[in-house]
Amino acid sequence: MKPVISEHETAHPLSLVRYVVGFVGCVVLTLTAYLLVTRSTWPQGAIVGTLALLALLQFIIQMVLFLHVTEERGSHWKLVTMGLMLSVVLILVGGSIWIMNNLNYRMTPQQIDQYMRSQDSL
Amino acid sequence: MSEVTTTLNMHQIEARATEKTTFGFWVYLMTDCVLFAGLFSVYAVLHGNTFGGPSGHDLFKLPYVLVETMVLLTSSFTCGMAMLAAQRRDRTQVLAWLGVTFLLGLTFLGMELSEFHNMVLDGNSWRRSGFLSSYFTLVGTHGLHITFGLLWMAVTCVFMIKKGLTESVLKRLTLLSLFWHFLDVIWIFIFTIVYLFGSRGI
Amino acid sequence: MFASLLGKLSWSQLPQDAITRGGAGSIVAGVFAIVVLITLLGRWKWLWKEWLTTQDPKKIGVMYIIVAVVMLLRGAGDALLMRTQQATAAGASGGILDSYHFQQIVSAHGTIMIFFVAMGLMFGLINLVLPLQIGARDVAFPFLNATSFWLFFAGMALVNLSLVIGDFSAAGWLSYPPLSELKYSPTVGVDYWIWALQIAGVGSMLSGINFLVTIIKMRAPGMTFMKMPMFAWSVMASMTLVAFAFPILTVTLALLALDRTLGMHFFTAGSGGNAMMYVNLIWAWGHPEVYILVLPAFGIYSEIVATFARKKLFGYTSMVWAIWAIVVLSFTVWLHHFFTMGAGADVNAFFGIMTGVIAIPTGVKIFNWLFTMYRGRISFKSPMLWFMGFVVVFTIGGVMGVLMSVPAIDYQVHNSLFLVAHFHMMIVGGVVFGYFAGLTYWFPKIFGFRLHEGLGKLAFWFWIGGFLLAFMPLYILGLMGATRRLDHYDASLGWQPLFIVAGIGALCVGVGIGFQLLQLIVSIWQRDQRRDLTGDPWGGRTLEWSVPSPAPVYNFTTTPVITDRDQFWVDKQSGKKPVKQYEDVLLPKNSGASVFIAGFAFMFGFGMVWHIYWLSVLALLALVTTIIVRASNDEPEYILTAKEVEKMDHALSRRKEQYV
Repeated sequence: MKPVISEHETAHPLSLVRYVVGFVGCVVLTLTAYLLVTRSTWPQGAIVGTLALLALLQFIIQMVLFLHVTEERGSHWKLVTMGLMLSVVLILVGGSIWIMNNLNYRMTPQQIDQYMRSQDSL
Repeated sequence: MSEVTTTLNMHQIEARATEKTTFGFWVYLMTDCVLFAGLFSVYAVLHGNTFGGPSGHDLFKLPYVLVETMVLLTSSFTCGMAMLAAQRRDRTQVLAWLGVTFLLGLTFLGMELSEFHNMVLDGNSWRRSGFLSSYFTLVGTHGLHITFGLLWMAVTCVFMIKKGLTESVLKRLTLLSLFWHFLDVIWIFIFTIVYLFGSRGI
Repeated sequence: MFASLLGKLSWSQLPQDAITRGGAGSIVAGVFAIVVLITLLGRWKWLWKEWLTTQDPKKIGVMYIIVAVVMLLRGAGDALLMRTQQATAAGASGGILDSYHFQQIVSAHGTIMIFFVAMGLMFGLINLVLPLQIGARDVAFPFLNATSFWLFFAGMALVNLSLVIGDFSAAGWLSYPPLSELKYSPTVGVDYWIWALQIAGVGSMLSGINFLVTIIKMRAPGMTFMKMPMFAWSVMASMTLVAFAFPILTVTLALLALDRTLGMHFFTAGSGGNAMMYVNLIWAWGHPEVYILVLPAFGIYSEIVATFARKKLFGYTSMVWAIWAIVVLSFTVWLHHFFTMGAGADVNAFFGIMTGVIAIPTGVKIFNWLFTMYRGRISFKSPMLWFMGFVVVFTIGGVMGVLMSVPAIDYQVHNSLFLVAHFHMMIVGGVVFGYFAGLTYWFPKIFGFRLHEGLGKLAFWFWIGGFLLAFMPLYILGLMGATRRLDHYDASLGWQPLFIVAGIGALCVGVGIGFQLLQLIVSIWQRDQRRDLTGDPWGGRTLEWSVPSPAPVYNFTTTPVITDRDQFWVDKQSGKKPVKQYEDVLLPKNSGASVFIAGFAFMFGFGMVWHIYWLSVLALLALVTTIIVRASNDEPEYILTAKEVEKMDHALSRRKEQYV
């Protein structure tokens, strides 16, 4: 019978280095984003793009180094479910913004109210 | 018909149970992400509806939020340290690191509540506008998760003191650390989308 | 002081009018009768030990189905009332109900049928069959599974309690604002609706996670994904949808609750709220929900067609891909529920096209089933009849659905009875027929005896005839301009004859339900003649038929090893008898904690509905304490030793000989 190993002692043991690198990386990214917002004179679009990129980087760092999505046993399924989650999140947030902005652009709040009342037969 | 009996290998069963539970908890975290995505989409749609009230640009104090962010990030790191100590089966150190994590979490929660409190005192409560409703709900839901995380942490510490670092306590610690790191991940997006975007009036 | 302790609760909240009193009275009397009966029989202890605290998915499944069937009776009663109203309320006649009542009944019918009938039957069947089908002894998290059921039960209790104390929501089954906001619905009806669904919804989400992990981690050795029975595939897909769509419902309900209780402005008309966001969110959950319900039914049809045509399922691989295509696409069509809301042509066109596209994988499945039947030796047992009925009804309804996916056409029929006819054909024809088929099919596996075939067929014919009679006229009425939730119309419109036909149809369906009940009673009466001694009454193909009926608590004496798709069928063909190897089995101990957790959730919900906040806080504290106490229990399982398994197995064989 092969010796039983628990989740904590799998092929990739948690290491101090990973946590330190992750922590320092996140601090740097957070500060960069903060300084970008408070100090920079970049155009709005560039700031939005950069902030999104910085957040995404930090997301990846934390997922890999803190939440260990890629190392433990069964990580294959963790990645699959995360992929599903990300697509649902993108569809839901992106879709809602697209739909609602489209409606807001085309209708006044009064028209919205009127439509909703008609749906409710109020 | 030959009838052979075998006995159970409890270690193997326990290892499999841990794997199942960790994965199940992971799926739960994924569903929680969708829950937050719902709140984010509401915030994205309503954040401009200030109804004559203040906008994010008027309300948010970025340096304060930066400190909050750093506190939570540090707590995520110390939680990792606790897991490293657990791997060495060093109960005293696990407790010490979890204690630090708990205090940092409590600090974060206190800061958030004080921020909320000040806004409400200034007449900018969740009743003020669609924007403020969505702001309080999104950030408050994260705070609620932090509260449950702290409660969970305290309970796990009590279990650990009473039972030692048993297999089941280790399993709970793994799940707790996942939860705590996950809350920091959600905060990245709250920090970026609500506070940083908000204070630039985006 | 005392009054404020009770929030909004007072004596005046008891029902005041005859119809509600009748409904409330029957609920109270029913519960009272059950309590008296159990007490007289002295069965409380037995009930608690054998059923209420059980963590055996087979028993949990039975409890789900009992709740769902009782709720089906209530929902069907509502349907009959609505049909009677619409058949009579023309011109000078006001019908039997006033407008407010009618709206309440519409809301109750939709809410109960979807959340407590369809969902209940689905989770019931999954609990009963899934672990057996994948060669597992249990689900991944048995305690969580029991808790899910009891949360479902608590939600059901809350929604029914609204009839006795307070009132039912009149804001429709999805409670669109602004009608569902405090301003227009000041009573507790909408609050009951919110908290009942919230509690049951959390239970569903936990079940979703549970079964997903069960399928991914607990299949029998050798059962690769492409060797999995089609029902298991469809459950996996449906549970994926549950896990990723139900959080959206949780958010939506929570926001509406915040609007109503804390005075927030998410969906209010003024103060920067946006009611359309509610519609957007609820359908982002609501459309996947349709597929959550129908995918397991598709799985059931796949099993039934293969079994009764005595052929392996045609196009297994394409079926799997079709299922997953539906999963992904189902998240991209939700806007078709509100084409008329005013979005631009680009938005409407995108969602219209996606809606058309999702019909393709569904069509693939229909053809696969038909080709499975082609040149098969079909035996037309009642599960097969339900399937045939499904093909007819679902195809008609599906084609109408594709028609409505064109935004320009949707503008014509939006909110009309045409739509009502369409979605009933999908949900009843697709989902309910499927679950009836599944219940008939797996009944012997659960209870050890077969249902009466003749009465089952009679029930089917009344159902299908009545159903078509009830809903085909609604298509025509919809095209004539009749809107949904219509409580009165002008006699000169000439709609009344069609409404009367629809009413007769509904009555026929009612007779069908009556025959189903009769079938159950007769079958129980004659259970000794109807025993299933082989464990394989239909000539099944999958693992659940390899164990005796009813399935023993340990499911399998020996963990099955899988080498083929339709393993049991292949074994039967080759005459291979697996070696019996008795082994120790780890099973979950009973636990009352699930019942308590749900009980506290119920109290929490009740407190929130009536603004009795101290009760809610106390209940929440008690709930958390229960979870902590439960978590401190390190030995939630017991070992059924190989010796005991052997003894039980031998007892089963002896019983078999006794009957033979």
